[in-house]
Amino acid sequence: MSLTTAHSVVAPSANSKRIAGAIIIAYALISIVPLLWIFATSFKTPPDSIAYPPKIVFQPSIEGYCNLFTTRTRQTPEYINSLGPATGFCDETVRKRNMVIAGPSNFLPRFVNSLIIAFGSTFCAVFLGTLSAYGFSRFKVPLADDLLFFILSTRFMPPIAVAIPIYLMYRELGLSDTALGMILLYTAVNVSLAVWLLKGFIDEIPREYEEAAMIDGYTRLQAFWRTVLPQATTGIAATAIFCLIFAWNEYAFAALLTSGSAQTAPPFIPTIIGEGGQDWPAVAAGTTIFLVPILVFTILLRKQLLRGITFGAVRK
Amino acid sequence: MLNRTAENVARATPEPLARKVRGISDKGLAWLFISPTILLLLAINIFPLFWAIYLSFTNYRANRPNEVVKNLGLANYQRILGDQDIWIAMQTTAHFVFWTIMLQTLIGFTLAWLIDRKFRGHAFWTTLILVPMMLSPAVVGNFWRFLYEPQIGLFSYVISFVSGIPPTSIQMLSNVSLAPWSIIIVDTWMWTPYVMLICLAGLRSIPEYIYEAAEVDRASNWRQFWSITLPMALPFIMLAVLFRGIENFKMFDMVNLLTGGGPGSTTEVASITLKRQAFESWRTGYSSAFAIILFVAVFGLANIYVKALNKVKQR
Repeated sequence: MSLTTAHSVVAPSANSKRIAGAIIIAYALISIVPLLWIFATSFKTPPDSIAYPPKIVFQPSIEGYCNLFTTRTRQTPEYINSLGPATGFCDETVRKRNMVIAGPSNFLPRFVNSLIIAFGSTFCAVFLGTLSAYGFSRFKVPLADDLLFFILSTRFMPPIAVAIPIYLMYRELGLSDTALGMILLYTAVNVSLAVWLLKGFIDEIPREYEEAAMIDGYTRLQAFWRTVLPQATTGIAATAIFCLIFAWNEYAFAALLTSGSAQTAPPFIPTIIGEGGQDWPAVAAGTTIFLVPILVFTILLRKQLLRGITFGAVRK
Repeated sequence: MLNRTAENVARATPEPLARKVRGISDKGLAWLFISPTILLLLAINIFPLFWAIYLSFTNYRANRPNEVVKNLGLANYQRILGDQDIWIAMQTTAHFVFWTIMLQTLIGFTLAWLIDRKFRGHAFWTTLILVPMMLSPAVVGNFWRFLYEPQIGLFSYVISFVSGIPPTSIQMLSNVSLAPWSIIIVDTWMWTPYVMLICLAGLRSIPEYIYEAAEVDRASNWRQFWSITLPMALPFIMLAVLFRGIENFKMFDMVNLLTGGGPGSTTEVASITLKRQAFESWRTGYSSAFAIILFVAVFGLANIYVKALNKVKQR
């Protein structure tokens, strides 16, 4: 068998496998470099982060993380010497640069906003999505195809285009820059994914389970609760994580519709400014913290990933 | 995609179980289950859409809500279709969509085709490759700005190390001819895994016996690739192109953070123009008309494309 055998089943030669493997590993390593660089930068000092040529070996420092969570002001060395002993790790690190901590930064509240809005909208989207998906899967709904396409088509609109009327509507209703407004919006955006994905999962659960339960005297609602829901748990969990990742990563709506109290982390992180420009280690630290949950979820989701990104149109 | 829905509905409802459940018929229950979602979408998508349609016929400005609103008829639409800047923005968008899809499809399919050989450890490396697409485009865009910095960035350093060009002349974000490519590179880095994953599903869906039969017929590997692998994977490739096409037509976050549309207006895609008109110039009526035109364009193109996709699937 020669090198170009297209399919694994026709037993590609060991050589062809080795070459394929080498190319894939090379691609993976190169594509992961920017991420490793973010991680490394988060442990650099500001001067190290902008050194040229870029420093691959450096003295690790937690200054980036200190700068991320606090605001600092520059002081004279005399003033700093006149202060008492440094309290804690961050204080000490910051004082080395003739700075004192003036208070907490906005990062933590923005991160908490991200948590509240992402989890809140995910819960709502999955709740509504499960009900609708069951409705579409098990009942004869008039115009079901059109309704499903309508639900999907709400995703075609560019976010900025939706943002104009939403902005006006929220201003009238007093929902601008509130977590509730963002939760409603993200729920509406995510519910299309939730319905399409969950319908696929529920379609795969045999109807006989419910019919048997109903013959045993359960009502339809009880049958749904006792037989369908437990079977759909994996699908519901996967859907929830996809919705969560979307709401967690969303930038356009957040940047246009929130300015302060309900701002999430994605529009906030790029605005972290240090002395004389962007504070790259702090930005990298914020990015790293922000990425960790997504990396964990990606690994958990490996098997369902394909379904989630194609609205269930492709199964694995 | 849409054909399948019809099948599913037909399969899922072989016989309506017409029975009353505590006074609620199945039909009532179906509506009870579906209506909250529909109501939410009506409130957050359809009502604002109609509001935008109404505004698109007016000269309303959101930053001056007390001004008298005048009905302009189709004037906004006429002005957009005659506006040179808008046509340039549409061209820029088309340029981005074309190149990102070309690169992502080519690289993504090649990677999938290689991974399909199931070399040792392929599962681990596949997962690693998938990581970029799971990140927030905002965070990614912001960080690539750092990598692109001519004096301090890793990207400029590597390019200058390899090519010998001094790093100060690698102005990825401020050079007029490089700026569009800086965005295309990041988008390709981020979304090639997406295309790869869908192509991989396509390749895995090809039944083994077809290759075995081709082997018996002594079809060359080249021939097998062109007559079996590519046609069988085509519906999947087209699906990936559809999803990436819609997303890249709407592209906003990455452009906004990397170049903000600049230098000049070389990377000003439709979404950026829309943002400038709506939230910087506050021409709400005018930008609503543009938003409606964009929506109709995406919707129309997606519909035509889905029809083509279904034709390929049926073949």
